[in-house]
Amino acid sequence: MCEQCGCAVAPEVVHVSEHAGAVSARPIHSRSVEILTGILSENDNEAAHNREHLDAHGILAVNLMSSPGSGKTSLLEATIDAIGDRFRVAVIEGDLETENDAKRIRAKGVPAIQITTGSTCHLDAHMVHDALHALDLSAVDILFIENVGNLVCPASFDLGQHANVTLLAVTEGDDKPAKYPVIFRKSGLVLLSKTDLLDVLDDFSPDKAESHIRALANPAEVMRVSSRRPDTLTPWTAWLEARLASCREGTTRRPDIRHQHAHYRAGV
Amino acid sequence: MHELSICQSLLGEVERAATANKATDVNKITVAVGPLCGVEPPLLARAFEVARMGTIAERAAIEIEILPVVVWCETCAIDSPVAANALLCGRCGNWQVELRSGAELQLTRIELTTCADFAAVAG
Repeated sequence: MCEQCGCAVAPEVVHVSEHAGAVSARPIHSRSVEILTGILSENDNEAAHNREHLDAHGILAVNLMSSPGSGKTSLLEATIDAIGDRFRVAVIEGDLETENDAKRIRAKGVPAIQITTGSTCHLDAHMVHDALHALDLSAVDILFIENVGNLVCPASFDLGQHANVTLLAVTEGDDKPAKYPVIFRKSGLVLLSKTDLLDVLDDFSPDKAESHIRALANPAEVMRVSSRRPDTLTPWTAWLEARLASCREGTTRRPDIRHQHAHYRAGV
Repeated sequence: MHELSICQSLLGEVERAATANKATDVNKITVAVGPLCGVEPPLLARAFEVARMGTIAERAAIEIEILPVVVWCETCAIDSPVAANALLCGRCGNWQVELRSGAELQLTRIELTTCADFAAVAG
């Protein structure tokens, strides 16, 4: 029996070497080990831990993603105006540099934690974990995590959120969902933002954008919103309210594991 | 864009498996990557060459298995291989399909050297 690792298997190969008069024989074992582990398991474990924290406090966590400049922070400001007196909101902001977005949120009287990532193009569960501990979770109903403006990388990293919401501004191409399938496939809700500009644009079709999303096998609702027009936000705030209620009722799961499509149908 | 940080996570998993198996060296790792996981295989391979330095997998080769994007249609009861941005049943065109494969980012196999030292003193 091998003393070091306790294996009882006779080695297939023995290398014998001689050094300073002493002979040592090392049995060499080569073997192939089958594994099936997600490469991002460590991040996923931290995300699950975050999700447990949030669930323990009955908090709905929304991961808000989009290209830079699609209107995430403006939407949050308008959302806070719409629901801030009914629900306690907190925000985790992710940017490469500056505290600008967190300052805008704090100006609304809402706690905001700014994560500056330096050069990292996305938030991950470890960054969010640290930010969660900087918040008083007992005083929060809805937590928005405004991810780094980027349509590529954020989609790959579970943060512990309950829902992925992606903005697509009408000033962008309506075929973006086809160009960025990873993020749009994983979105539980897509918000077409800046719709107040549709009158002066002739090259954005909301219906085409929606059909590209369906072609990703994604049944998510596609809403048209304008942060400048509070009346357009009613379906969005109703969605938040419904998700908060179902979050508090049942078990939660990663938002991109879609075993039950009912979670992602309109109004549910 | 972030394949290097993915490799760091990958090497974390490799080191865990190597420790669990009491390995002294990692000779080869195999990963399965789907087109919808957000990672580019050639970039992952290049990043791995850099990230593995100073780790137990310093001399390890990386094999990347690229998985197809396949959807299952409940109505037709068939699997269809499809493009990453057109997840529609190959027979009826229905978009209400389930993704069977194509979004994986997994470490599937590692080849290890395990070694025990014992000394026999001679003369």
